[in-house]
Amino acid sequence: MDVRSQISMVFHLDKCIGCHTCSIACKNIWSDRKGAEYMWWNNVETKPGTGYPGKWEDQLIYKGGWEKQGDDIGLKGAGKRKGLTNIFHNPNLPVIDDYYEPFTYKYLDLIESPAGDDQPTARPVSLITGEPMDIKMGPSWDDDLSGSPDYARNDPNLASLSPEEQAAMFQLERMAFFYLPRICNHCLNPACVASCPSGAIYKRGEDGVVLINQDVCRGWRMCVTACPYKKTYYNWQTGKSEKCILCYPRIEAGYAPACMHSCVGRIRYLGVVLYDADKLHDVACAEEDQLVDSQLDMLLDPTDPEVIAAAKANGMADSTIKAAQGSPVYRFVKEFGMALPLHPEFRTLPMLFYVPPLLPVMASLGKKQNEDQELNTIAKRWDDQWLYDTSTEDLWGTIDESRFPLEYLASLFSAGDTEKVKIRVKKLMAVRIYRRHKTVGDISKERAEEALAEVGLTAPLADDIYYLTSLAKFDDRFVIPPAHREEAIEMLENTGDRKGNLGFGFKEGTARRGL
Amino acid sequence: MTYLDTLLFVALPYVAIVVFLVGTIGRYTTAGFSITSLSAQFLEGRSGFWGTVPFHIGILILFLGHLFIFLFPDLALLWNSNPVRLIIHEGIAFTFGLVVLVAIVGLLIRRWTHPRLRMVTSPMDIAIELMLLFQVVLGCWVALGYRWGSSWFAADLSPYLWSILSLSPETDAIAAMPWVIKLHVVGAFIIVLIFPFTRLVHFLVAPLHYLWRPYQVVMWYWDRKKIRRADTAWQSTRPHNN
Repeated sequence: MDVRSQISMVFHLDKCIGCHTCSIACKNIWSDRKGAEYMWWNNVETKPGTGYPGKWEDQLIYKGGWEKQGDDIGLKGAGKRKGLTNIFHNPNLPVIDDYYEPFTYKYLDLIESPAGDDQPTARPVSLITGEPMDIKMGPSWDDDLSGSPDYARNDPNLASLSPEEQAAMFQLERMAFFYLPRICNHCLNPACVASCPSGAIYKRGEDGVVLINQDVCRGWRMCVTACPYKKTYYNWQTGKSEKCILCYPRIEAGYAPACMHSCVGRIRYLGVVLYDADKLHDVACAEEDQLVDSQLDMLLDPTDPEVIAAAKANGMADSTIKAAQGSPVYRFVKEFGMALPLHPEFRTLPMLFYVPPLLPVMASLGKKQNEDQELNTIAKRWDDQWLYDTSTEDLWGTIDESRFPLEYLASLFSAGDTEKVKIRVKKLMAVRIYRRHKTVGDISKERAEEALAEVGLTAPLADDIYYLTSLAKFDDRFVIPPAHREEAIEMLENTGDRKGNLGFGFKEGTARRGL
Repeated sequence: MTYLDTLLFVALPYVAIVVFLVGTIGRYTTAGFSITSLSAQFLEGRSGFWGTVPFHIGILILFLGHLFIFLFPDLALLWNSNPVRLIIHEGIAFTFGLVVLVAIVGLLIRRWTHPRLRMVTSPMDIAIELMLLFQVVLGCWVALGYRWGSSWFAADLSPYLWSILSLSPETDAIAAMPWVIKLHVVGAFIIVLIFPFTRLVHFLVAPLHYLWRPYQVVMWYWDRKKIRRADTAWQSTRPHNN
């Protein structure tokens, strides 16, 4: 057992309101520069939708991620052979128009235009060429556009749905959507690292953050192809690739990353998980229907004495083990069993987990069959004809006959296995039923406990889920281990050498001053 | 031997080599960030394929061909001793010369006409591209007009270049060459001279080590096992973990 620690994340999609505050916080700090204007290390997509860059999930287009090659896996569009033969021209590289051409407006024209009969206008200009341009695409261009022909209906995840199901999904009355915030997944089997011919991309051993060494990157741009999530970006100005750094300077100082810190809906959780690096290769090569389970199996129980002993033998600091024991990520992913990785079939073993959204799934909408039909007492009445039903009378009826096909969520989060999504959505529902019993009181204790038992939860566990979902404070959501930089410095230079050399009144070592 | 010959074929090569060595090493160590392929494919899309791929492959073959004859003139002469093999050798070289000529003209045109590419083009990019064009035109001219270059290069110019490297320059052979060939040689030295200041430096960081590297790269900033031992704290030699 080779125990390593990984900074991991959970995004609770039921709480995401799609406000893009995370994206703005990130952009203001990291990517508001020439050549990086088009980059959104953190972006929020409307699902169903094509996302950013357009149709990024369709690996027939972008050739990202790993694929099974016999018993082993190989990079789909990069790797040693493909990467080096395509080094002069990479046929699988997205171009800037797949994201959007960055633009601004000539605001100064509003002020400096000479007086005239017409209102001055601020024309859009390209941030690449400076020339006037027609804006065809921009950040979050498909925001909230569920059902739209150009965006929602071109979602690659719809491929798993029959045409009838798709048509039903986009009926105006049933239309639903949710938001999918995305950052770098800081994968355990990162395709970007494997694809980099220069070896500039690496995973930090201590916390698993994946970084690009800007001094070593030579702009061979294979990582852009290889990352199936399209979360490495090519800076066209510097000729280097860049990606989300998980705000590592903040993490090392004990702060939450900017996107997480600023999250209005408090959907984001960050903590340490311990995993068994010996299993990495086998898990990445698992059969598709085993991928999710084996990835979750690789995460170790940080309270298990054997795991703790192995972690200590690996030199892991006590503070890191303690952080892992209080990790909200471990709770959501393993204890509660409520979170899933995004597109596990890409086989990069992403370390960002999502709690699937319940709301678009839960409510059902039916037409009144006849005038005498009674609404049940806790259902909501929309108008004379349509019933917007959030009833919990028949416990799981609304999930089994959801207006939002579970196949769609399964295509996103469980490589197509609807059962894995269903149990997690049911857990969300069960906690709601339980809380309704507690707070409203119109559901009996028996029914509430029946609901919990059916999904394998208990009342105390449901209380924990409720607390961590709804009440969790900053320190509950972000459990960041100390980086112990003081020890790192000790390793780099002998503090004994410096003793007596530097200090009060001196700006350089005494030896150099010849004293 | 005139003063001009001394200037061009003794002084220039030494200046070029010194500037090349100091410049590239200096740039690599102090401004490593600036060493990149500066690929414009991201702005340009698929259309660049027909320019960059023939250019890169062609110029690599031409460079390696020149390098080979310079390093192993006897082998080149041996190969050329058979007329059929000589024709094949010269034919291949000339074909790639033409390929690079066409590709480089295409690349220059696209650099001028593509509005996005103009934004990422520096004066040095144009300078080195024109320099390469100049070299390729002269090279094709030499290949056509002064046959057979692969043989007399091995016989006459390779010894001259070796004499430069061995610090006992002998310029008789080069001084007797026609001016077209002289220009080609001077052009080569000028490219070596300005090389460290151009985007061509990415040639020196060609990622061949990728071939024998494991796919995944994990870096540890420090070795926590060592850090926990009190007896390493005051040692003079320390483990390097990064």
